[in-house]
Amino acid sequence: MTQAELKPIPVPDSDSKPYWEAANRGVFSFQRCRDCGRAQFYSRSLCSHCQSKNLNWESSKGTGKVASFSVVYRAPTAPFAGDVPYVVALIDMDEGFRFMCNVLNCDPASVTIGMPVRVLFEERAGSPQKIPQVEPLK
Amino acid sequence: MGKKAIISGVYDTKVGALPESTCMSLHTEAGLGAVADAGLKISDIDGLLTAYSFTSPQLMLGGVFAEYVGMQPKVSASISMGGVTAGLMVHHAESLVRAGICRHVLCITGDNRMTGLGERVQAVMADVGHPQYEQPYGMSVPTAFAQAAQLYMHKFGLKHEHMAAVAVNQRANAAKHPNAHMKKPITMDDVAHSKMIASPLRMLDCCLVSDGGAAVVVSAADTARDLPRRGVEILGMGEGHTHEHIFMAPSLEDFGCKDSAAKALGEAGLRHADVDCAHIYDCFTSTLLICMESMGFYERGQAGVAALAGEFAIGGKRPVNTNGGLLSYGSSGAAGGMFHVVEAVRQLRGECGERQVRDAEVAFAHTLGGIFSGHCSMVLGRM
Ligand SMILES: [Zn+2]
Repeated sequence: MTQAELKPIPVPDSDSKPYWEAANRGVFSFQRCRDCGRAQFYSRSLCSHCQSKNLNWESSKGTGKVASFSVVYRAPTAPFAGDVPYVVALIDMDEGFRFMCNVLNCDPASVTIGMPVRVLFEERAGSPQKIPQVEPLK
Repeated sequence: MGKKAIISGVYDTKVGALPESTCMSLHTEAGLGAVADAGLKISDIDGLLTAYSFTSPQLMLGGVFAEYVGMQPKVSASISMGGVTAGLMVHHAESLVRAGICRHVLCITGDNRMTGLGERVQAVMADVGHPQYEQPYGMSVPTAFAQAAQLYMHKFGLKHEHMAAVAVNQRANAAKHPNAHMKKPITMDDVAHSKMIASPLRMLDCCLVSDGGAAVVVSAADTARDLPRRGVEILGMGEGHTHEHIFMAPSLEDFGCKDSAAKALGEAGLRHADVDCAHIYDCFTSTLLICMESMGFYERGQAGVAALAGEFAIGGKRPVNTNGGLLSYGSSGAAGGMFHVVEAVRQLRGECGERQVRDAEVAFAHTLGGIFSGHCSMVLGRM
């Protein structure tokens, strides 16, 4: 497989390194502000609600619900073409933040808004980086 | 701030597949066309605003254009905010002339996105996704806009036939525009059976990819008496910016358009019912319906019903996108939004021929960038 045929691999930066390293350990991590108490995704150098730098890393329990979704039939790039139809969803985690991922291990037609899901970590060809994803919570 | 600014000149190029065109040829034709339409010469232009190009990316697009045509503006800037850019250019131009810094500001957009990018266009567009938190999940632009559409179907009874009605109406409008990219009539059935792209969005719910350009000249109010054509006044403008990436949107139901429309109408001292024709950014059929509701033109769940009832038609209760919009007239990067501004001005001047909305006195134009990320609304009035 050439580089061009691989799905995009996240390149961690100083803001996101702890997040992606945690993912490799099987932990879905996020930041919570010690001053205003709000959770934020994605991780950054300050709280996007109150601009405090007093942030704490927490581990998510890994459960949430589908806020919305779309079943993709035309992939944006060649590496995803073999996956269609696949689900791209926005997930509201129980800890109070939202993130985007695919809903794996299910029939795309079975995905609904409000469906409970749990986080899993996908291993992909060409990279040791594990990718946070969700699957239906049975 | 002094008197209202005016739009003194407009121009749009042919759109569609223009294999001979380049970013610079489209800028030149549109820019000089708008200047001529205003009865001005390039030497009268003291302010230049440009957008961005995907096919010919430049560090300083404004500088490249000014050098190419041989102008040395007093003020020059290039704005790169995706689809909302055209509106922002008019907003900044309005500020420049009302502050007395410039007399005539030329705002130019254009890109040969269709023939210049070819097959690469979908991948280039998908690059707007966050490199760490969106792109690894295969998010296309339609997929991102589909998130709001899906929720609207779930929560507010949006149906695909509502969306299809938008597409069918705009194709019928485009057929009445001599320059439109797609004029072949389509039916509700054609939309319903077009290829699924990202549920619930089908091919005919998605805007075109076109080559094309458009430009406007924004001038100080006191220049109106010298204009060769009927002047169009900028009665009010507003912006709203809430997020960049769709997963960070504070809401999937209300967007920055709520604020931008309220500000524009408030500044104009007008209400929604005063708008004679609306020119709303329509990258997808659902986007237009959702924005119209968020902006207060309709109650929740009612914009689609209105579209299906024919209210958006040129002879209808609230004509929308009389040129065919991004869905059928053309979509050429930042020019997509500028086409809406150009059409709004033409409606107010009464130059639209069989597309003309009777007695159009107030037009509302709206541009959108990113994934519902940045919005700009303007209310224009016939002088
Ligand atoms: Zn905080």
